[in-house]
Amino acid sequence: MAMKDFTNASDVCWQDVELGAVVTTPGSASVRRTGDWRTERPILDKEKCIKCGLCWLHCPDAAITPLDDGYFEPDLFHCKGCGICAAICPKKAITMLEEVEQ
Amino acid sequence: MSKRVVLEASHAVAEAVKMADVDLIAAYPITPQTHIPERLAEMVADGDLDAAYVPVESEHSAMSAVLGAAAVGARSFTTTAGQGLELMHEAVYVASSHRYPIVMAVCNRALSSPISIWCDHSDIMSCRDTSWIQVFCLNNQESFDMTIWAFRVAEDPDVMFPIMVNLDGFTLSHVTEPLELPDQADVDKYIPKYNYRLALKPEAPSSHGCFGLPEIYTEVKLAQEFALRASRPIIDKGWEEMSAMFGRSYKAIETYKGEGAKTLVVTMGSLGETAKMVVDQKREQGEAVGHLNIRLWRPFPFADFRDAVKGVETLVVLDRAISFGGPGGPVASELRSALYDVENKPKIVGFIGGLGGREIDAETFAYMIDRGNEIAKSGSDYLYEPILVRGLDTGTGVRG
Repeated sequence: MAMKDFTNASDVCWQDVELGAVVTTPGSASVRRTGDWRTERPILDKEKCIKCGLCWLHCPDAAITPLDDGYFEPDLFHCKGCGICAAICPKKAITMLEEVEQ
Repeated sequence: MSKRVVLEASHAVAEAVKMADVDLIAAYPITPQTHIPERLAEMVADGDLDAAYVPVESEHSAMSAVLGAAAVGARSFTTTAGQGLELMHEAVYVASSHRYPIVMAVCNRALSSPISIWCDHSDIMSCRDTSWIQVFCLNNQESFDMTIWAFRVAEDPDVMFPIMVNLDGFTLSHVTEPLELPDQADVDKYIPKYNYRLALKPEAPSSHGCFGLPEIYTEVKLAQEFALRASRPIIDKGWEEMSAMFGRSYKAIETYKGEGAKTLVVTMGSLGETAKMVVDQKREQGEAVGHLNIRLWRPFPFADFRDAVKGVETLVVLDRAISFGGPGGPVASELRSALYDVENKPKIVGFIGGLGGREIDAETFAYMIDRGNEIAKSGSDYLYEPILVRGLDTGTGVRG
């Protein structure tokens, strides 16, 4: 009955909607792909990156993931391409690359 | 034992809210609703009612506060009128979309401008499509009964919709009449203990009022639409139980002297009492006239209405609101729409009157019935006829 059984809103029929459209699974927003309206993607140049983490700190959508080796990687499932990471990077290690039709 | 008391309708509503043992009241005083929150604040202050009373700074906040209370499963009540209902408007939709069983008494009042504190139905008509269950009262007893009924029905797991109890400002809200108050024990039996399955609580986190993208919004709204229409059996059950326990019967559509009637005068709200008196007079004069009261405005009782008007030739409908530039009074145009596909349907003659507290007396009802019968025979190209308008000749109306 609850929407929690679905990861994709397009699979939900009206009968599946929980009373009042209440969402009973905390954190379920993370399963939703919000990266699909991006027009530019951030590209990291590891040669220039000093692992300062400012991109991770400033990302408004928590879409920069810290890696074990100390670098930071954009999470393209959620990244909306706002470019804040590129703008904040003190070493200009992130460039925004236009998304093109595959 | 029930007891016979004399109360103002506003105080009868407050008494019902107290007997329903609400957990939270949030309200902003506005004429002509003021006596309801005043009395409830007194009850809380005196320790007669164990509830939180939130004296909010506006009606928008009143509705927002009861939304919060309802989200944690508290039995919640608010009340407003006219401009107040308009100010809380966006939050009114949230209550029904979240499926919170909030009860709100609305003392119907005309809308500005010009500023009017007096009764008409323009405030409630702007809430027609808010997905609240909406009922109208004719007298003080009904104001009490509909309020306890509202808690009983709203909180039913098969309903879970908020309910507006409409009582005409001043002409009902400020009228003092005798009524019967039931035993507290009976009210406790009538309104079962409320347990909200999805109440916000740390041990079972949930999100209320989430974002709805285009691929889900339609399904959510249709689920709400189907649920509101499916609430009808419980709405009726609430009245049947009331009849069994308290001996007073109510129906979605009520007719008075409807048997064999060729003409029915249709009203919603307290003017029905005047209309019934005129029906008595007309019957004595040998005219086949009856009265039809729309108690349940939403979800609209289509089948009951069509049944009630079978064999009737003319419906004389009084609207207390203007649908500016629209198809006539809101009630008359809905009734027309309800009968559009029905064969041998009655002719609907729409009148608009009683705006901003203008009195509609027995003589006016008698005129409307006579004029309605005349138009039913002669035909008319008017959408409706406004009544008692200075400068407008009697028998002329508004064309589309």
